[in-house]
Formats: sequence, structure tokens, C-alpha cells
Amino acid sequence: MGMTMTQKILASHAGLPAVEAGQLISAKLDLVLGNDITTPVAINEFKKAGFETVFDKDRIAIVLDHFVPNKDIKAAEQSKQCREFACDHCVSHFYDVGKMGIEHALLPEQGIVTAGDCVIGADSHTCTYGALGAFSTGVGSTDMAAGMATGMAWFKVPAAIRLELTGKLPANCSGKDVILTIIGKIGVDGALYRSMEFTGPGVATLSMDDRLCICNMAIEAGAKNGIFPVDEVTMAYLEGRSKRPPVVFAADEDAVYESTVEIDLSTIVPTVSCPHLPENTRPAAELSHIKIDQVVIGSCTNGRMEDMETAYRTLRGKTVAPGVRCIIIPGTMEILRECVERGYVTAFIDAGAVVSTPTCGPCLGGYMGILAAGERCIATTNRNFVGRMGHVDSEVYLASPATAAASALTGYITNPTGASS
Amino acid sequence: MKTKGSVFKYPDNVDTDVIIPARYLNTADAKELAKHCMEDIDGSFVSRVQSGDVMVAGWNFGCGSSREHAPLVIKTCGTGCVIAKSFARIFYRNAINIGLPILECEQAAEEISAGDEVEVNFDTGEIRDLSTGKTYRAQPFPPFIQNIIAKGGLLASLKEE
Repeated sequence: MGMTMTQKILASHAGLPAVEAGQLISAKLDLVLGNDITTPVAINEFKKAGFETVFDKDRIAIVLDHFVPNKDIKAAEQSKQCREFACDHCVSHFYDVGKMGIEHALLPEQGIVTAGDCVIGADSHTCTYGALGAFSTGVGSTDMAAGMATGMAWFKVPAAIRLELTGKLPANCSGKDVILTIIGKIGVDGALYRSMEFTGPGVATLSMDDRLCICNMAIEAGAKNGIFPVDEVTMAYLEGRSKRPPVVFAADEDAVYESTVEIDLSTIVPTVSCPHLPENTRPAAELSHIKIDQVVIGSCTNGRMEDMETAYRTLRGKTVAPGVRCIIIPGTMEILRECVERGYVTAFIDAGAVVSTPTCGPCLGGYMGILAAGERCIATTNRNFVGRMGHVDSEVYLASPATAAASALTGYITNPTGASS
Repeated sequence: MKTKGSVFKYPDNVDTDVIIPARYLNTADAKELAKHCMEDIDGSFVSRVQSGDVMVAGWNFGCGSSREHAPLVIKTCGTGCVIAKSFARIFYRNAINIGLPILECEQAAEEISAGDEVEVNFDTGEIRDLSTGKTYRAQPFPPFIQNIIAKGGLLASLKEE
């Protein structure tokens, strides 16, 4: 029986010739990741269990990104605990303020993950790296602790859903509209326990930033992971970046898929997820009556360079609508630097927006843009649950950078035109 | 192992942001965090819950973030077990790893009402609703996972190896 791409990577890391859906395996890990929220819990568990050493200091990444620069004293204590652990164990991929980025923007950019990897991260959006042709999934802090100690993790081999992509996206759409459309179609548990395997001729038309965004939100459909085949776009991205040689896995012709969802990219429209579930999707064009108080452009979903370019093309020479707070958060220090060098930051400030150093801050209601009761935000983030960005009576609408930036100019949810470059 | 207590009933898609809002995640202190368990959808849960009580919910319980703080606060509040139609996969994994008993049983989750007295046997998967007299049978864990639970969680099971 043929294997999916995910199953092939898992078989290889379990040292088995073949695996099948439902099988429980123990797999070797290429990387174990944690952040400033989940790592302290992992460190406590690691120590409580009596472990003294990590399995490989070069295969652990600790990224301070959620509440840094420290938002308060308690957050500072958590950062300090991570810093001390990283120092004690000589963790080579430790990213602190000044060189950090939002973990899922940072790790691909720095070449710390690559094609063929098997990765766990104590952050649900670890599924992002499937865009590079890796098996990558979110776990909890105890799994992170066990991974740091042993370099292994247990998995139940997932069954698969095939997402067959054809056509090419319209100019005003991006990867975010694709994944929101898929979640609207299959629901927030539509891919529960399964892998989402993206295939088809449409794949080649999607940029790496689009693919990273799409895989990032696989978890919002309940999936274990999302994964793209490795092609020229992948290899061009990894070239000169990947710290380890990429390993290319491809699905067998007779791989078994539980179901297939066909997506014609040319029919995608700018899409918005309404409160309070990512599956509550509507075309942006139908929501022009929704008045907004805040716009957030950033996060591990949409804080990459193409997202900044889209925001720039929309906002340059224009002015953010009165009464709207527009917060732009480049995903990594490299992206921030490029925004400065290209003049984007000046254009954003001239438009009346603010620009922050990289942080997850507002996405999870941490800081840097918390909503009051009754306030509404259109955000390029990934979740719109009750109270996600602040008060329980506030609302988050999820959208692409193009839709969010267009909305910043009008003060209402606005269908983007696909501003020319 | 068994638990017996009153039922707190919740809907589909209870996410980890309402189980423990991220605004409190500037600490890893379970007791401190547990004061805010379910606060955004059930403000009185923490003051009403008693040791051994049971949460009963719909589909996809624990969706969203990977924060292990979510099963941890449910356990720390004294909750004896969570029964749902289905669990989000990271929550499922985390619950096993930290030793919060969870059971998947669609019919029980559909029929059991808030406030019912229930008794749950984790070894057999038997759920008895003492208020209605009905009995349900949940799928037991596969042996691999039972082994992790029997040894007291993932890290304890690893240390033994």
C-alpha cells in the first residue's frame, strides 16, 4: 500500500520501511522547538523528571517571541528562565530580543528547518514548516521536555486529506484567502487527527510565503500537519539558507487519502473569518458594513516580507481612517530591517500606522493592541475565539494583509482591489 | 480508577483560549492559573467546581493553542475527567501526558445534562449517569497510551525506560 508524503517522512524517522494510518510509532526528531510561554513549563517538567542533559544542543530551538520585549515582570521572569536554561545547556538556536522573530517566521528564514525534517514544537502553529516539505506538528510542553531529553517523540501515523489545487490566484488574493476558504469549507475539525496534503498543478503558482501561511493554519482545521510537495520554489527558498541538506520525500502514486477536496485557485475571493471561529468565513465584499476600530498586520501567519509588501502597496501615500489604530508587526528582525531599508516603515508612519518590533503580542491578547469591550479588529492573525485579542466582548475578523490594509484606509471591512506594484 | 461528581456541560469547539486565556500565561504556576479556568465562557466555574466533578462537552474540545496550561488548569481545579464527542489532537496528547483523564463518547456527551451526578470508570470506559440511571461505554485508550498513563505520564514512563 502506498504512503503519503507525511507517512514517508514518519516511516523514515521511525526507521521503518513502511507505516500506515493509525500505527503508533516512535520517531527521531530533527528539531524540538519552544517559546517563552511553553518552554518554562517544559523546563519544569524536564527538571522534575530528573533529566540533566539535552539530547543535542544543535537540535533544540528556543525562541522568545510571545511576550517580548517583556510585557511585565512575570513575563520577564519566564524569559529569564528560558535564557538561563538555554545558556546552561548551550542551546545553539536560542533567539532573544535583538535577533529574535516570531518563531514560525524565523525558523524557515534562518534555515533551521528544512525539507524532509521531522519537527515538534510546543506551539500549535509549528505545522507551518510543512510548506518546506517537512513533517512538523505542534505538541505540549511535556512532549517538548521529552523531546529535548531523548530526541524522540511518539506519533500516531495520520490518515490524510488531499487538497488538490488547480488554477492561479486572482491578484487581490493570497495564501490566507486559500486557507480561510478551506477552513470555511471543511470546518475547524474537518481535518482532525489527519494530515492535509497539498497537491496539484496549482501548487507551483504559490509563493513560499503563501505556502507558509497556508500550512500555518492547518491546525485551525484540526489537522496534525499540513504539507506541500518539494518543487523548484522550495529548492530556491532553501538554497543558501538551509543549515542541513534538504531531503526530498514524495507521495507514492497509490498513496491512500481519506478524501479529496478540490480547490480552483482562480475562484478564490478575498475571504474573512467572522467571530468567533475560523470556519465562519464570508467574502470580504459582503462585510462592507462592519466598522472596525483596529487593524493588525503581522503574526506567524502573515508577518513575512510579501505581507509587508502588500501592506506597503496599499497604504503608501494614503491615510489610515480616523478612529482606526493600525498596528504593523514585521515577523522577524530581518524583515523589520528590510522594511526600514525599503522605506516601508516611513510610508507606514506617514499613513498613520504604528510599527512594532517582532512579537506575537496582540494575536493572543498578550499586549501591543488589546481590545476593549465592544471593539472590533480586522487582523491577519490566525484565531478569532472569544476574548482572543482582549475583552470577551471584543471581536476579531481574520483576513489577508491586502484585506486588512484596505480596511485600515476606510474604517470598514473592505474588499481589496489588488493594488499594483 | 474512578471519579464521581457533578457535570459541567459545555458546547462544541471549546478552545484553549477560553479554558485559560493567554493574558494569564505570564506565569507557569498551575494554582495561580487555575483561578482563571473557563473564565471567559463560565465565570462561576472556578467557584462551583468540586473535586471529582466532570466536564462534558461537544466536538473538538480543546481546539486552538498547544498550551499545556489548558489541561493542567482543568486538572488543578479538581476536575476528575473530561468527556467529549471528540478532542482536538494537541489537547488529547497533553491530557494524556499530564495525567488528566479524558474519554471520547458521543452518546454520553449528547445525553448527559448539566448538574447530573455521574460516575466514570477509566479502566473500563464505563460512564454511569446516576441522575438518569443510564450507562454509556467510551472507547478505552490503546495499550500504548494506557501504558503511559499507568506509569504516571510521559516523562515518568520515559525515565523507566
